[in-house]
Amino acid sequence: MSDLAPWVEVVLRAVAVLAAFLVLPLIVGQTEHKVMAHMQGRLGPMYAGGFHGWAQLVADGVKFVQKEDITPARADRWVFRLAPFVALIPYLVALAVIPLSPTVVGADVDASAVLVLAVIGVGIIGTLMAGWASANKYSLLGAMRAGAQLVSYELPMVLAVASVALAAGSLSLVSIAEAWKPWWLLWQLPGAVVFLVAALAELQRPPFDMPLADSEIVFGAFTEYTGLRFAFFLLAEYAGIVVMSLLFAVLYLGGWSGPFEQWLGWLWTVLKGFLVAVVVIWLRVSWPRMREDQLQRLAWVWLVPMALLQLALTAVGVVVFP
Amino acid sequence: MADGMIPGLVRGLATTARSLTRHTHTAEYPDVSPALPPRSRGVIALTEENCTSCMLCARECPDWCIYIDSHKEELPATTPGGRARQRNVLDRFAIDFSLCMYCGICIEVCPFDALHWSPEFEYAEVDIRDLLHEKDRLGAWMATVPAPPALDPGSADPAEVTAAAKPARGSAGAAGAAGAAGGTRGVGLPTRVRRETATATTPPAPTAAPTAQPQPATEAEPATEAAPTTEPAGDQTRVMPAAERTAALPVAERTATLPAAEQTSVLPPADGAEAEQAADEAAAQGDSTQVLPTVSTDEEGRE
Ligand code: SF4
Ligand code: SF4
Repeated sequence: MSDLAPWVEVVLRAVAVLAAFLVLPLIVGQTEHKVMAHMQGRLGPMYAGGFHGWAQLVADGVKFVQKEDITPARADRWVFRLAPFVALIPYLVALAVIPLSPTVVGADVDASAVLVLAVIGVGIIGTLMAGWASANKYSLLGAMRAGAQLVSYELPMVLAVASVALAAGSLSLVSIAEAWKPWWLLWQLPGAVVFLVAALAELQRPPFDMPLADSEIVFGAFTEYTGLRFAFFLLAEYAGIVVMSLLFAVLYLGGWSGPFEQWLGWLWTVLKGFLVAVVVIWLRVSWPRMREDQLQRLAWVWLVPMALLQLALTAVGVVVFP
Repeated sequence: MADGMIPGLVRGLATTARSLTRHTHTAEYPDVSPALPPRSRGVIALTEENCTSCMLCARECPDWCIYIDSHKEELPATTPGGRARQRNVLDRFAIDFSLCMYCGICIEVCPFDALHWSPEFEYAEVDIRDLLHEKDRLGAWMATVPAPPALDPGSADPAEVTAAAKPARGSAGAAGAAGAAGGTRGVGLPTRVRRETATATTPPAPTAAPTAQPQPATEAEPATEAAPTTEPAGDQTRVMPAAERTAALPVAERTATLPAAEQTSVLPPADGAEAEQAADEAAAQGDSTQVLPTVSTDEEGRE
């Protein structure tokens, strides 16, 4: 694409990233519908679109568009209205810098690992805004829980990524994936587990969905949202799964390394990411929600020490087998 | 983490993974009709001809959702100097399925097997008032009532088979014995008799009576026997206007004049049932020269 005019290339890349951003979360969402249903002995959606309900999420989207957009009377209007976008956009940015292969990447940034981690952390601001602006005690509680969760789990996550970056000697996702070798699967295993758990917690996915806990605080920070704004929050959750799964695939599963990686590299990354997404869904179906104190305990008593240990292990590995 | 937590988590994952590979339990109802047990309680069907308006069902219904209207009719005596008899005629029979709780008490309690369970269940309505099924609608459900289950091997013969094996009623007092036997057999057996003779829609049970040897069920014979009813008609008070006359006519003519009988609605419209009623009357008057279907004697014994 280098022979195109710069602005054409920018537009093309932006459109491609936007398309991926709109399509991939829907695929994950539909997979969740189906996998979760079959794991529970059900069929899941069967009608929308004709073949096994493939268009269910499209139908849901149409439904959300038709719904009334309500802003509570006592809400902080601008903050309330802005929150869904603040929650959504960071994942769009993150998706743009995650490489599917050395060539298939929205924007090739140098320290992309740092950028992705930083940007993902911004998403939580949207939840905090939503919870604060809703003028609803459940929303506020949910937002506080989400904030506390982010503070606890960001640390082990950063440490786990730091470990891989240390092993690869680079902060660029492309370089990390290129430096990856199969035996890293074992070497970086603790870090991978820490990263996966912390990613689940950041996404507020079960079993870490305390901020949403519908049996206690209705729907957490999103309680007051309706229509399209609510749909954006849901989209942000699934876009988050996509981003985290792809990130996991690039950091810990070697990204595009596989047969014919010259031509099919991007496909390998997507497939690996999809597998991780299925695992994320599987964990949701299998495990009950953790209590707030258990959740904090897990982060500080188990994940942070594990991540530090991994860091030490990586350091030893880097020094001993250069 | 506490001991046993990790195995628990792993077992949770294994359980969901296992269900993923197994067949789902979803009933795809509108696309695939469900396999219902044979005696499912779907809707209540009414055999109008069997109903004597005794009101037992309406009284026992916990929801009071059975509505019955009937009036009495006087039948003139068949013999000179005989006693005129009264008979109930069913005007309205309705079940409100918006109230019914499908307890089945009405069906259990009906002494004449006029009510039956049908497994049909797709009669939802947009307007709740349409769930009130009048007797024509209840009668239409009879077509969907499954045949009764076969008798257990080695059980006693059904009443009509026993009766058919006996000599005809005219010879000696055997008929009375047969009637008594039918009566004492218990409520269970005559159930079948009624169902098979009265409803043309129900396929006969495997143990149904052989048709060659016994008297033909109810159709033609009682119609000819009903002729005596016209004789004393002149000197009795006429309660039945047109229909009684039609009942007395030969079968062929009677089918021609049937619409008239329906309009006056004095007798139930169905041909076979009409004939059966006539047979009942004759039986009630104890005319020992007549050969009657066992069914009627049974009913007499129970009435
Ligand atoms: S089954 Fe329905 S109609 Fe019959 S007794 Fe029970 S409630 Fe009444
Ligand atoms: S109990 Fe049977 S015979 Fe009596 S009124 Fe009800 S349906 Fe008719």
